[in-house]
Amino acid sequence: MSAELAPELERTRTRSRSLRARIVGLLGPMTSIAGLVWAVAQPYRITLLHPHGQGFWWLLSEPPIFVALAGVLFHRFVARGLLADLEAR
Amino acid sequence: MLPRSEMVHWWFAFGFLLLGMFLLAEAVVGAEVWSARRWRVYLFPGLLFALGVFMWPVMTFFTNSTIHMVAHGSWAQALMLAGASELGLARGKLTSPYWRLTTAVAFVVSGTAFLVHEQNPWLFQRSSFLHHALGWTLVVGSFIPFARVFRPRSTVLATGFAILFVAVAVMLYSDRDVAPVFGHLSQLAGAPHR
Repeated sequence: MSAELAPELERTRTRSRSLRARIVGLLGPMTSIAGLVWAVAQPYRITLLHPHGQGFWWLLSEPPIFVALAGVLFHRFVARGLLADLEAR
Repeated sequence: MLPRSEMVHWWFAFGFLLLGMFLLAEAVVGAEVWSARRWRVYLFPGLLFALGVFMWPVMTFFTNSTIHMVAHGSWAQALMLAGASELGLARGKLTSPYWRLTTAVAFVVSGTAFLVHEQNPWLFQRSSFLHHALGWTLVVGSFIPFARVFRPRSTVLATGFAILFVAVAVMLYSDRDVAPVFGHLSQLAGAPHR
């Protein structure tokens, strides 16, 4: 009985690991896409596209880019290592 | 010249979004995998502490009344206390899980600070609405970090905790100094800008 259950249990574990890996792998890109969608929907929020006459703080503060950047940073510095660790286990 | 207060909200939103992503990833993979690399354990408490530190210049340069100053000052202290407690727990210097109650306290203090320093009603303008919404989200949401003290392995609570940070980030990103909310903008609020 246990010999029949073992492969099934292993398959369930693999599926669960794979789903978790997919979620972690998508978290950063999806966040970046959300930032890009916001930038397309409200291009006037990207003052770098029309920098003439903008002050320093307006050029520094690009909220849609902040969102996209958060996704990139997370994916580059956290998600990759996390996926490797998840795979190793 | 100082940046507009809406910009400061966006910078904090960036920090809260990262915190939400860290917590969500930890909730998905589990604490064991998350702590496989030691530095990852310090990401959430370290950033939480840093946000508390960054709240001090906000208190210094962006408060125009006593109640604003007290709200932001107590807010900074609560965030730093929560961050420091979580850092102590991550490092192993603190062992009692009850130190995590400081995070629930930080939520209550932060929510109260939002509610107390917003003097206008909900539909006065967008920032008023968001201050009320943020305040109540944090006060009611403090239940989650409180419950996590007693159910630290609960995936539902861990996910809820992460979503709370993402929701706060979204609301902070939506903040504008003067803008309508649901078509409402008080004549006393001034001229709206982008």
